[in-house]
Amino acid sequence: MAKFLIRRLLSYLVLIFLASSIAYLIAATTLSPRSYFEQQQPPPSEQAIERQLDKLNLNDETPLAERYATWVAGVAVGDFGQTITDESVNEAIARKAGVTLRLITAGTLIGATVGVAVGAYSAIRQYGRFDRTATVAAFFLMAVPAVVVAVTLQVTAVWINDVSGMRLLEYGGEYSANLDGGLWATVLDRVQHAILPTLSLSLSLFAVFSRYQRNMMLDVLGSDFVRTAMAKGLTRRAAMLKHALRTALIPTITYFTFTVGILMANATFTEKIFGWHGMGAWVVDSIVTNDVNAVAAVTFFMALCVMAASFLSDVLYAWLDPRVRVS
Amino acid sequence: MSMSAEREAVASDAAVVEISGRWASLARELLATRRVVIGLAIIVALIAMAWLGPLFSPWEFDERDFTAFRSPPSADHWFGTGNTGRDIFHLTMVGLQKSILIGLCAALATTVIAALVGAFAGYYLGFTDRALMWFTDLFLVLPQFLILAILYPVLRDQGWVVFVLLLASLMWMVTAKMVRGMTISLKEREYVLAARFMGVSHGRIILRHILPNMSSLLIVDATINVSSAIILETALSYFGFGVQPPDVTLGSLIAEGARQALAFPWTFWFCTGLLIVLVLAVNLVGDGLRDALDPHSKSRT
Repeated sequence: MAKFLIRRLLSYLVLIFLASSIAYLIAATTLSPRSYFEQQQPPPSEQAIERQLDKLNLNDETPLAERYATWVAGVAVGDFGQTITDESVNEAIARKAGVTLRLITAGTLIGATVGVAVGAYSAIRQYGRFDRTATVAAFFLMAVPAVVVAVTLQVTAVWINDVSGMRLLEYGGEYSANLDGGLWATVLDRVQHAILPTLSLSLSLFAVFSRYQRNMMLDVLGSDFVRTAMAKGLTRRAAMLKHALRTALIPTITYFTFTVGILMANATFTEKIFGWHGMGAWVVDSIVTNDVNAVAAVTFFMALCVMAASFLSDVLYAWLDPRVRVS
Repeated sequence: MSMSAEREAVASDAAVVEISGRWASLARELLATRRVVIGLAIIVALIAMAWLGPLFSPWEFDERDFTAFRSPPSADHWFGTGNTGRDIFHLTMVGLQKSILIGLCAALATTVIAALVGAFAGYYLGFTDRALMWFTDLFLVLPQFLILAILYPVLRDQGWVVFVLLLASLMWMVTAKMVRGMTISLKEREYVLAARFMGVSHGRIILRHILPNMSSLLIVDATINVSSAIILETALSYFGFGVQPPDVTLGSLIAEGARQALAFPWTFWFCTGLLIVLVLAVNLVGDGLRDALDPHSKSRT
């Protein structure tokens, strides 16, 4: 088991490195940092631009291979270079990664847990009222793009605030800038700001997971081992939870790995629309400002997240499926 | 009778029986599934609306009404007008056309790539399999949204067909893995072995025997991919990384409308509503197809 996980981990490292390299090479060939400096007001002199580009390792007159070599040499010692405004990329990552990680962790936990619970329960009550309602809700949510969900939530928040006459829900930024209060005021403020983005992220996950879990659960419910479990005298509840749900969770966990890519994209929209300064919003900004090093760093981060999720699902898989553990 | 003649006779005989059986039972199955019928009806209605609607509209695609900027829906402008006085109804219909086209083309391309990669990996196994699956994993790790966005400066001047191909090249991985798994089990079946002993080439076996036998998986997956492509396109357009003017899609219209959803709701809700209805209908068909085609799920209904 440990050997299997270590081998997986090694191949993940190679994949992450390749993914960031590809992103760096594409970004270095398609984005043009030179135009960023040329558009500055007042326009800097030709030499100043050259000097700045050389300093940031962004000069398009240096051969691509040479720029790439410099970048790799930096990454090898854990330095992702400088952003286009000459800040350290590492410091920016340290500041922004936490924001995104908080958002996707909370969003995934809530979305996947509620989705799995609702999906499993609708399978048990197939064609009942609960199942029908959940199916309609999931189908509707799956048809709404993440962007529209976020914008609709904002519009609703404005309306709720208007009706209640208070600022119940915040829909811009991660926290209030000039807040002075104790620990509880700060926590309350953060939660107020976090409700809508987390909700917007977890709604689409909920839809996908509840559908998938319902189908998997239906496949398992008819099997002999569930009937045997009940025939042996287990309560229906125990048979459903320990035997049916546990087995039906295995394919869902594999499926989870595939949704992480979509989750990262959704996190980007959510951050951008709700004005959170996380990795997702950063990537959109850095493409607009032709910031090559930042783009490569965000790709690295996202690839790392995908791999972490994949590793996590390997571990969960082993925990749920005794056959994997034994072999 | 020579071997080849016999094979031909058997093959054509089997093909006739099998094809008529397969398609007829498929059609029966589909028409019995209410979801599929409803979904298909909605899609046909939307297609008719998208292509016929502009003919009935009194306004042209590029025409501006200088007497009505951002006017609400009226008898003159059925869906109101936008910031520059363009008729929203006409724009939305043209956008709907493009969204449907992008969805269908991207889904088709995705399924073709996935089927070929998955089937070749699963059929040959060994080195081919390892190389192809490794390649698939690499694509899974690359954040698709990010790559499309980075490529945007190159894409900007290429038109929407290149955009569709790029969408497809970033969506095929999960299906390819499923196809691979099915191929591994299918290649041990008697009919594949029989074809092999008769001297049918590997490539032909994959195309004529293995892929047709997982057609239900491929059809269902292509349907789901239509809606994924439409949604991904919307997301990209929202940040301006999607199709570029003068082309419009529902996504680019939503992007424009979202910024003024509160002040001028008609610029946002009509295109959004149509997009939701379109994706919902496609998903209904996909879900119904899965139940109709998947022998596993027959017991469920």
